Amino acid sequence: MNWTAIKSIYVFEMYRFFRTIAQSFLAPVISTSLYFVVFGGAIGSRIQEVDGITYAAFIVPGLIMLTVITQSISNASFGIYFPKFLGTFSEILSAPISFIEIVLGYVGAAATKALIIGAIILVTAFFFVDFSIQNPLAMIAFLVLTSVSFSLFGFILGVWAGNFEQLQIVPLLVITPLIFLGGSFYSISMLPQIWQSVSMFNPVVYLISGFRWSFYGSADVPILTSLVAIGFFTGVCLTVIWWIFRTGWRIRQ
Amino acid sequence: MPDIVQINELRKSYKGGFQALKGINLAIRRGEILALLGPNGAGKTTLISTICGITTATSGTVTVDGHDIVANYRAARSIIGLVPQEINLEPFERVINTVRFSRGLFGKPSDDAAIEKVLRQLSLWDKKDNQVRELSGGMKRRVLIAKALAHDPRVLFLDEPTAGVDVELRKDMWDIVAKLKADGVTIILTTHYIEEAEAIADRVGVIANGELMLVEDKDTLMARMGQKQLDVLLTDPITEIPAALQSDALELSEDGTTLIYTYDTRSERTGITKLLADVAAAGLVLRDVQTRQSSLEDIFVGLVKEDAA
Ligand SMILES: Nc1ncnc2c1ncn2[C@@H]1O[C@H](COP(=O)(O)OP(=O)(O)O)[C@@H](O)[C@H]1O
Ligand SMILES: [Mg+2]
Repeated sequence: MNWTAIKSIYVFEMYRFFRTIAQSFLAPVISTSLYFVVFGGAIGSRIQEVDGITYAAFIVPGLIMLTVITQSISNASFGIYFPKFLGTFSEILSAPISFIEIVLGYVGAAATKALIIGAIILVTAFFFVDFSIQNPLAMIAFLVLTSVSFSLFGFILGVWAGNFEQLQIVPLLVITPLIFLGGSFYSISMLPQIWQSVSMFNPVVYLISGFRWSFYGSADVPILTSLVAIGFFTGVCLTVIWWIFRTGWRIRQ
Repeated sequence: MPDIVQINELRKSYKGGFQALKGINLAIRRGEILALLGPNGAGKTTLISTICGITTATSGTVTVDGHDIVANYRAARSIIGLVPQEINLEPFERVINTVRFSRGLFGKPSDDAAIEKVLRQLSLWDKKDNQVRELSGGMKRRVLIAKALAHDPRVLFLDEPTAGVDVELRKDMWDIVAKLKADGVTIILTTHYIEEAEAIADRVGVIANGELMLVEDKDTLMARMGQKQLDVLLTDPITEIPAALQSDALELSEDGTTLIYTYDTRSERTGITKLLADVAAAGLVLRDVQTRQSSLEDIFVGLVKEDAA
């Protein structure tokens, strides 16, 4: 394993992040604060408790997940697409490193950025909402798993994308709806039976449910099911990435 | 010692079936400067990209210092440096960081002294904290070279290093290449400037249409293919060549002051002695004589014509 190379990619990517630190943090912090004000404050005060917790507290895990998932995807997809776009990726291809090292560097950096932003959102939430975390270790584990698996997904997206539109279309058309319909702002049990069944096909439901469980001890689906679902998703992404590098798809001519 | 790079029957077909390399065989000697000369689209970049791992070969093998570039890609690539044809750099990154990145990417532990040495070597030290986008085109090319040298490669590929570069910078590049050679680095550069191959190469390979048409010592190549011209400058202009001197090899300049004699350096007898004797016998008075060597350009044009014929 060429750890020096992994570290180089990782550090270089983190530089990019810290160079634009204001934009990196400001946008997600502002938008989540707005969510808290609008949903937690204005609307939340008219909604009864969900699963025994206030509505404002209920949406905290979902909002963090929303941010971590979108950040993971955009960081990783941009991180790999940008060198492809600039042509600097040829240097990576000519380096004495394997695809595992390339993925560890890029996905590691993208996941780290998403985690940092997730942590900032969590801290921001404490300013607006009164809540506590029952199982901090499980919460961290869920955050790490989520950021890694969606960074892997973002990596695939970035390799696939041929232009900036394609880079944005998938998150916009697929991921955002999945997250919004994944129980960020409501409990699945509040839905009519038919929609509850449909929701079970949405992988994000399992994530948010598991994540919320780590906060409040209650979940829409069993915690084990959540873990299996996220493990499965990670496995699929890894397989696709392995295939990409084996065949050189969209990478090596 | 065996040749540092060995290329056997290397073929490359791009998607769509276009054959960019049609069975290249080439051995690159340790420590030499090899110039690959060829027109645009000849396959120079494809050849280099394949050796460096940016594109995959359709068939054939390449070894670098004995390491197969596929089976043993880590060992092979870690001694290769590549300066690509296109200036592809992260615009917002600082110069020193991009060079550090390259060193690490190739698995070398970070070493500030080594980075400083490379940056100084390329006159980039006082630009080290600048963002790449603030540099001129020539400076950016230096950054590319610094990145390629950051891990102390033993084999350096320069893909058209002086395309679109001003004369002064071109001379600088040549100096840099000469110094690297003195350090024992093997250098392969592609160019479509014949003067460049002529000025710095030890050997010249000519590529056209995906085929390596010849590789030869530059001097041998010029001697083998080269024709020389002997200019005989006359004190008094003449209007036509005296009958006794008439031959296919002899021409008169338009102003009538110079007899131009073309001969082949390969032949046993160049005919110079006889010519000069005949000139004297014809009563012409010599003011001066000089010889001219045909340039690689003439050779190159000759070769491509031969091929087309
Ligand atoms: N990615 C590619 N796909 C298809 N054809 C290509 C590709 N890259 C280069 N070619 C073709 O291969 C030939 C050789 O190109 P190249 O190696 O760049 O030549 P050179 O560097 O000598 O100018 C050209 O005809 C070019 O159009
Ligand atoms: Mg080229």
